[in-house]
Amino acid sequence: MSRFPFLLAIIVTTLGSFAGPAMAQSIDEKVNQIFASSTGWFVNFIFSPFPGTSFPWIVAWLVVAATIFTIYFGVIQFRAVPHSIALVKGDYSDPEDAGEVSHFQALATALSGTVGLGNIAGVAVAVGIGGPGATFWMILAGLMGMASKFTECTLGVKYRNEYADGTVSGGPMYYLTKGFAERGLPGGRFLAILFSIFCILGALGGGNMFQSNQAHAQITNVVGDYPGWITGVIFAGIVFAVIVGGLQSIAKVTEKIVPFMGILYVVTALIILLVNYDKIGWAFGQIFGGAFTGLGVAGGMVGALIQGFKRAAFSNEAGVGSAAIAHSAVRTKEPITEGFVSLLEPFIDTVVICTMTALVIIITGQLMVNPDTGLYILNEAGSAIQTVDGNSGVALTSAAFSQAFGWFKYVLAIAVVLFAFSTMISWSYYGLKAWTYLFGEGKSKELTFKVIFCIFVVIGAAASLGPVIDFSDAAIFSMAVVNIIGLYVLMPVVKRELESYLARLKTGEIKRYKS
Amino acid sequence: MSGKFVVAYDGSPASRRALDFAADRAAAQSTTLVVVHVLEWSPYSFLTPTEIEERHVRRRQELERAEKALMAPVVEELSSKGLTIETVIKYGHISDTLCEVVKDKGATQMFVGRDGHGALSARVFGSVAGSLVQIAPVPCTIVP
Repeated sequence: MSRFPFLLAIIVTTLGSFAGPAMAQSIDEKVNQIFASSTGWFVNFIFSPFPGTSFPWIVAWLVVAATIFTIYFGVIQFRAVPHSIALVKGDYSDPEDAGEVSHFQALATALSGTVGLGNIAGVAVAVGIGGPGATFWMILAGLMGMASKFTECTLGVKYRNEYADGTVSGGPMYYLTKGFAERGLPGGRFLAILFSIFCILGALGGGNMFQSNQAHAQITNVVGDYPGWITGVIFAGIVFAVIVGGLQSIAKVTEKIVPFMGILYVVTALIILLVNYDKIGWAFGQIFGGAFTGLGVAGGMVGALIQGFKRAAFSNEAGVGSAAIAHSAVRTKEPITEGFVSLLEPFIDTVVICTMTALVIIITGQLMVNPDTGLYILNEAGSAIQTVDGNSGVALTSAAFSQAFGWFKYVLAIAVVLFAFSTMISWSYYGLKAWTYLFGEGKSKELTFKVIFCIFVVIGAAASLGPVIDFSDAAIFSMAVVNIIGLYVLMPVVKRELESYLARLKTGEIKRYKS
Repeated sequence: MSGKFVVAYDGSPASRRALDFAADRAAAQSTTLVVVHVLEWSPYSFLTPTEIEERHVRRRQELERAEKALMAPVVEELSSKGLTIETVIKYGHISDTLCEVVKDKGATQMFVGRDGHGALSARVFGSVAGSLVQIAPVPCTIVP
C-alpha cells in the first residue's frame, strides 16, 4: 500500500510543476486547445447529421431502438412497474438470501451512478438551447428508454462471467461475446472490444471529465473564480484515495449522502413549483407548445427534439450499456428481475428529476422571451436562448433555484460536488470492467487504468465546458452504437426469459414471500 | 421436556453470560438450546459498485467465519456437557431476526445478554435487549 501515496505525490507534483497561479490560466487554455483539436474529429463523426438535415444519426439510433424495444416487449415499461416496485420492496426476496445484495441496493447504486450532473447541468443545457419544448422530448425519451434499460440489464445478468472465487464480471462486452457465440453469429468479440474501448473513453469523458468540469464550475460560482486545475487535483486526490487506496469509507459516506441530496433537490423543486403554482399550467403550455413549434429556439422543433433526446440519453444512460455493468454484479436467480428493477431508473432519473430541473428553470423565468412575439430571444451567436444573467449549464440551474431560495446555491454546490463524485466512482468501475475485459485482470493493469482515470479528473476540471461536454457526449453515445446492435441481436433471448418468468409468476412458481 | 430455548450469541462477554445462563436452564429442563448468531444487515443500505461485486464472496466468508470461529467452539463445549445444541446463523435486523428464529423453532423462552457500557457492540446489544422487551413473542430473559 505504501506506493499509493507515492504515486499520488507524483501526480500532484507533475501537475503542480506547471508553476504557480500566474501561469495556471494559460495551462487551462492549453489543455483546452489540445483537447479540442485532438477530439474534434471524433465528436464531429458521432454527431454528424443525416445528409441534408440537421438531425444527428446517433439520436435517431437511440430513439428508434427504444421504440423498437417498447413495441417488441409490449410496452413493458408500463406493464411491469407494479411488479418492479414489489421486487425493490423485497416482496419476492427469499429471506434465506439475506446478506446478498438486494434489488433495492442494486437500484440505489445504479441510480447514484446516473443521477448527477446530467440532471442538473445537462437539463439546463437542453432547455437553454432547445427551449422548454426540449423537456417534452426529454420525458418521452425517458419513458422509451425504460425499455432499453430493461433489455440491457437482463442480458447483463444472463451472460455475466462467474469466477471460481465467487466474484462476477458482466456487461455488454460479455453478452456481446457469449450471446453472439450462443446464437452462432460472428463478430461478437469484435463488438465487445469496440464497446470496451468506447466504455473506457466514456468513463474518462462523461463519467469523469464532465463531472469534474461542472463541479468546478459550481464551486467557482459560489466562491469566485480560480484555476480549474486546483479543483481537479483535489478531486483527483480523493478519487485516488477511494479507487486505488481502497478507502471505501469515503465512497460509503457519499453513497449515503447522495440519496438525501437527491431527495432534497426534488423537494426544493417541488416547493418552488408549489409557490408558483399559478405558472405551472403556463409552463406545461410552453413545454408542449415548444415541443412542436420550437417557439423560436435555435433549430426550431427539431432543435428542441435533438436537445431533449440527447440530454435524456446522457442523463439516464438507457441503451448505453453502463447500467448493464452495474446490475450484472447482483446475485439473482432470475436475470429478468434485474431488468424489471432497472427500468425504474430512467423513470426516476429523467421523468421525475430532470423534469423538475426543467420546470424550475422555465417557471422562474430564466429564459428571455420577446414580449411582442412571445418567442424566445437568442443570444448573439444564435446558438442558445438568452438567459437573464447570461448563465448556461449548472449556473443556469443554480440561478433558477436561487431566485426562490438564496441559500440554495450553496446546497446545490454541495450536491453537485457529491453527485459528481459518486458518478465518478461508478464510472471508474465501469471503465475498469471494460479495461480488464481488454487487458485481463491483474493488480498492475487495474492500477494503470485508475491512475489514468485520476489524471483525467484534472484535465476535465481545467478544460472549458465546450470541448469537454462534446467529447463526453460523443464517447457515451458511441457506447450506445455498439451496445444497441447487441440488444437487437439478443432481444429474442430477453423475450424468452420474460415469457417464461411471467408464466411462472402466474402459476405461483415464483414465490412471493411478503404480501 | 419443555420447548426449545433460544439464546443470542455474538462472542461478546455479555452474550457469553447469557449463553452460560441459558445453558444452565436448558440443562436443568433437559431441553434443546438454539444458539443464534445474527449478522446485522439491511437490504436498504447503500453499497458502492465494488462492494456489490464483492458482496457474495464477503457473505460466504462472514458465514464461514461465524460458523468456525464463533459457533463451533460453543457447540463442542456445550455438547460435551451433554446438552443438545442447535445453531442458526442469519443475516438481518438483530431483534427482528431473533424473534423470527423463536417462532420458526417453536421456542418457549429466549435469552439475550446486556452490557451497560458504551462500547459499540454493547450499544448495539443494549438496543437489542431494549427492543426485545417490546417485541419478544415469548418470555425473554435479559442477562446483565
